[in-house]
Amino acid sequence: MTGKKVNVHQVTRLEGHGNIILNARDGRIEELKWEVTESPRLFEAMLRGRSYQDAAFIASRICGICSIAHTTASIQATEAAFGIQPSEQTRLLRKLLYNAEMLESHVLHILFLAAPDFLGVDSVFPLVETHREVVLMALRLKKLAYNLAELLAGRKTHPISCIVGGFAKLPDLGELKAIRNRIEGALADFEAIVELAKTFNIPDFIRETEYICLKHPREYAFIRGDICSSDAGITPVSEYLSVTNEFCVPHSTAKYTKNKRDSYMVGALARFNNNYDQLLPRAKQTAEELGLKAPCHNPFMITVAQLVECFYVAEHSLSLIAQIVARGLEEEDIRVKVRAGRGVGAVEAPRGILFHDYTYNDQGILTEANCIIPTNQNHNNIQKDFEALVPQILDKPQDEIRHTLEMVVRAYDPCISCSAHSLEVNFK
Amino acid sequence: MKPKVAFFDFTSCEGCQLDVLNVEAELLDLLAAVDIVNFREVKTERGDNYDIAFIEGSISRESEIPRLQKIRNQAKVVVALGACACIGGVNCLKNSLPMAEALRIVYQDDAKYYDTMPARPIDAVVPVDYYVRGCPISTEEFLKVTKALLLGKKPEIPNYPVCVECKMAGNVCVFERGMFCLGPVIRAGCNAICITSGRYCWGCRGLVDDPNLNSEKEILHKYGLTVDQVMERFNIFNAYQEVTK
Repeated sequence: MTGKKVNVHQVTRLEGHGNIILNARDGRIEELKWEVTESPRLFEAMLRGRSYQDAAFIASRICGICSIAHTTASIQATEAAFGIQPSEQTRLLRKLLYNAEMLESHVLHILFLAAPDFLGVDSVFPLVETHREVVLMALRLKKLAYNLAELLAGRKTHPISCIVGGFAKLPDLGELKAIRNRIEGALADFEAIVELAKTFNIPDFIRETEYICLKHPREYAFIRGDICSSDAGITPVSEYLSVTNEFCVPHSTAKYTKNKRDSYMVGALARFNNNYDQLLPRAKQTAEELGLKAPCHNPFMITVAQLVECFYVAEHSLSLIAQIVARGLEEEDIRVKVRAGRGVGAVEAPRGILFHDYTYNDQGILTEANCIIPTNQNHNNIQKDFEALVPQILDKPQDEIRHTLEMVVRAYDPCISCSAHSLEVNFK
Repeated sequence: MKPKVAFFDFTSCEGCQLDVLNVEAELLDLLAAVDIVNFREVKTERGDNYDIAFIEGSISRESEIPRLQKIRNQAKVVVALGACACIGGVNCLKNSLPMAEALRIVYQDDAKYYDTMPARPIDAVVPVDYYVRGCPISTEEFLKVTKALLLGKKPEIPNYPVCVECKMAGNVCVFERGMFCLGPVIRAGCNAICITSGRYCWGCRGLVDDPNLNSEKEILHKYGLTVDQVMERFNIFNAYQEVTK
């Protein structure tokens, strides 16, 4: 009899808390689970009764790493409820701010959270000795993202100036021009990461699933568009509930989602698969260089898709700055007229599509809020990947199985602290 | 022997730990001065032998209490990291609702699966030696407190209101711009970043030790505002704190 038991309590190098449980005997899987154990935060309850002026500021606190995504989704939900169309200037600034977070989050995931797996160390800290240049580069890129966000919104973690209707303070054009050189410099750093990524031994595992993200006719969609499914095509954002279909699994720890299949994937690989054509040249070239082709059905390639998106973000940011500089910035009237109603905001958080759904009374006070975060949409897909992958690797040593399963979870870059509604169940 | 440092998180967004990684150049100096033995967010291996514990998040589940007590027993120095740990922060917003109702709003029929309780700062459960305030923390203050504790000194943290720094930053007063602000009673140390960025103070650093509430009330009266309006905003970060109206 050969028994294998993998029990990882609180997988590390993740945002938030999750466990892996695998019990196998004589080549047969008895139990295999991906559990989420994050403390329930109850944000939807906390948002009730709050003014539209404070809603995004509170919603931002759902997550420290994707606070700009939550802020933007929140603002857009409120604007949809009030019937506000942001100006072109606001749209450009929001996209640029959004890129700062996408860059920071991807760099953090690729270099701090995922790379140690591929380089055979337990964290980024030993890399200070062995790969000092990589660590310095990661810090430099993080700093660039922080500085760009600071310039546009006061700070990166829990941004301040971006509000319903526009920006409470406009950035300085001179500083915006000055940061262009650093973004160009970042492209050279990304090239170095590509060289590093070529040395990564990426597990060869294929499981096709449904890929869901935003899609917009004129751009690689991050903050606007409709919901696009690789199986079912386009659905308007206002009908998101017909796509997410949240459900509870008895004795599991997260609310799961599914659409056309048993599970679906959101995030960088879903965006890459559905919107490849809209990437910019350097991003496409990088994908080719790293052997990433749409559609790709290997979840371990999510990290590579993030690196491709880093190039896109830099190219797109340079173009946005050029547009902003060309048209100049002017103070706008951003006063808001409140009205009763419901609105849904959807954005592509670094980890995937994120929905905020708000209902206001005629005083601009929230009477209901619902937030569906990307990580919760991926939990079910992680579980299905486990179920497909484990039989293929069950003959490997226990430590290798454990490590591979941890790598699956990390590939999704889950942000469990976001889990505005995850389920807490005590296991035996 | 370099002191062993551990980072722990309870109920929070983990943004403060991420901002610790943003100290950039100083991060490498810091790594030369201490051994980081526990940092789940970025590190696989975990050690139970540490001298200094940085703790992010508030306590909002029964199961978190023994975990926090164990950390306190092990660590020589406990540092509260960020508003959730220092003052309870946004997590305490739910405290005004009965827990069963808050759970039902979010989880409906599945509420029974959850374990939650009114959120509280960590010093409501164990003694705390140092505080790094704010939502999120400022990395400068994190470094300042860390340097002080490594040297065994008391860090200099402002005990005057945000208004002082706001005036030095050259901002037009928020009240003069037709909005209202918690700056007059909230502890400085943030360089009035929210006001400088075009908005108002939400109070994430908590009250100064001896807030001049009468003067705040006078300001409110002058601008035609009510205490309830202000308390609603004050409670976003400070719902745990009891204030006499």
